[in-house]
Amino acid sequence: MTLQNPTPNTFRNQPDERGHFGQFGGRYVAETLMPLILDLEREYTAAKADPAFQAEFDDLLEHYVGRPSPLYFAPRLTEELGGGQVWFKRDELNHTGAHKINNCIGQILLAIRMGKTRIIAETGAGQHGVATATVCARFGLPCVIFMGATDVARQQPNVFRMKLLGAEVVPVTAGAATLKDAMNEALRDWVANVHDTFYIIGTAAGPHPYPELVRDFQSVIGKEARAQMLSRTGRLPDLLVAAIGGGSNAIGLFHPFLDDPSVKMLGVEAAGYGLDKDHAASLAGGRPGILHGNKTYLLQDGDGQIIEGHSISAGLDYPGIGPEHAWLRDVGRVDYTSVTDVEALDGFQLLCRTEGIIPALEPAHAIAAVKRVAPTMPKDSIILANLCGRGDKDIFSVAAHLGVEL
Amino acid sequence: MTRFEQAFAKGPALVAFVTGGDPTPDATAAILDALVEGGADVIELGMPFTDPMADGPAIQRANLRSLGAGTTTADIFAIAAAFRARHPQVPLVLMGYANPMITRGPEWFAAECAKAGVDGVICVDIPPEEDPELGPALRGAGVALIRLATPTTDAARLPAVLEGSSGFLYYVSVAGITGMQQAAQASIDEAVARIKQHAKIPVAVGFGVRTPEQAAAIAKVADGVVVGSALVDLVGQHGVNAAGPVRELTRALADAVHSARGE
Repeated sequence: MTLQNPTPNTFRNQPDERGHFGQFGGRYVAETLMPLILDLEREYTAAKADPAFQAEFDDLLEHYVGRPSPLYFAPRLTEELGGGQVWFKRDELNHTGAHKINNCIGQILLAIRMGKTRIIAETGAGQHGVATATVCARFGLPCVIFMGATDVARQQPNVFRMKLLGAEVVPVTAGAATLKDAMNEALRDWVANVHDTFYIIGTAAGPHPYPELVRDFQSVIGKEARAQMLSRTGRLPDLLVAAIGGGSNAIGLFHPFLDDPSVKMLGVEAAGYGLDKDHAASLAGGRPGILHGNKTYLLQDGDGQIIEGHSISAGLDYPGIGPEHAWLRDVGRVDYTSVTDVEALDGFQLLCRTEGIIPALEPAHAIAAVKRVAPTMPKDSIILANLCGRGDKDIFSVAAHLGVEL
Repeated sequence: MTRFEQAFAKGPALVAFVTGGDPTPDATAAILDALVEGGADVIELGMPFTDPMADGPAIQRANLRSLGAGTTTADIFAIAAAFRARHPQVPLVLMGYANPMITRGPEWFAAECAKAGVDGVICVDIPPEEDPELGPALRGAGVALIRLATPTTDAARLPAVLEGSSGFLYYVSVAGITGMQQAAQASIDEAVARIKQHAKIPVAVGFGVRTPEQAAAIAKVADGVVVGSALVDLVGQHGVNAAGPVRELTRALADAVHSARGE
């Protein structure tokens, strides 16, 4: 791997004490929120050092979420692609059907530790909303989920799930009424209710310490996968592949491997209709800016006005990316590519057909990237992709895209 | 004496906010003139942003109207420069969000502010912890960085908020977004008294102030009263014909603020 900058001793010591990953990250929030952000940082530091906190987190992941998730070798997909061996980390088998729950368990334990009595969250496709509503039901806390009105309309099954779980779902009509606007509205609620409310952010983005703590909670994916791979094959994988919206499943897989120099990593952004048209690939098509509490790559115009992202996957159509990915790209430790809606649909069907697994449209992007790179790799090489969600939620929109009437 | 010092030396000042380019870039000049004619002492010109996450519905809509009319950052500086030419003595503040301010580099933004005759900048989402992002560039260009203090800014944080602030301090009287509920007057009295013990610059109070009565009560204790959403609502209602109604409300607010200490 060629690095653009001198290699640091470790890639795993970010962020710095001010919450910066190189030039990215930080705490760009209104003054009203700043004291709470500092409280959260103090409380998270204390929780990290508290064995009881870690023990409760581990216990819930094992007995409530169903971890560890399996590490699976995909024989027919490997054969079809005719190159490197394809393995999957099966986080789609988690309770609630995606990796999102890992982070929600960690954050609700923090909320309780801080004495907060009300939970808010934003959601795009509804997966993070469902995971948040789930942990709120589990711990008996009231929960308000902000969701763009456009997403409410196109993700009705998840809206119903959240309501069944006791959450209040607030449709947001501002802007384009999607994930970005839901996040704005959650921040507006938070600023008015700082005294009793904890904001469970769904991805490894937002003001420090969110990118760090979400990464840490999601790192269970990579820690398990690393141990499982060593135990099954006696070696580390050659390439990790994961889809990226905000980037929480990817950073969760990548982070425990960052200091293994032989392990290459590939993050897959959503190229939507194509990078020259509407897309959600902030690294490929954006430049650094400040939004939602952090500095990172953003889709924006010359004046710094934010441009709406587009992807077939409602979980990826966000115009930014977690700040640690922005840093990992700039220091050259992780490679990033992008996959179009059409390629993702193709990857979706490929996995259904070869392995009997219906993936969510988010990891379908990772599968499409695997399809592209596996044939170029030797047969004894190992590719490990994160299967971060299952496709139950997507079958209606996939049917529509394939022209099938249900 | 800076324009800010002159404006606040006369007694309590009315600080009036409208969003630049709302309803159109061309219509803003007449609305700003109406604020001055109505008696506003300091003008806050909002820079429109796609994601105004500290603002309530009134100013969110104003941002969308402005961007929908095609307002650019260049338009905002043109509006500011023209205002400065028409009103050499009235302090002018740009208020907005970080991304449009830093997107061409903070030095570029600070230099444009200085060139357009902008006296100060309020950036909602750059707290003291991230001051290097914008503060040094503004101070270097002789443009005041006006920070926000809020009900959650405790005694331990206040010095950090005041450090590097100039022009005036903007006390956000409610933990919340613009244009919603008003804080209890007693809590404003207490907070302003506490802040004024430490602040060497004037303290203006805003968020949720809509009526002359509210403005008068705040002017008894604070150096300035900020009104935004109520004026922006009039722009939303009357569009390109908003200057008249804006002038009327501004006059009522200014009279209330200016006479508050004489009572």
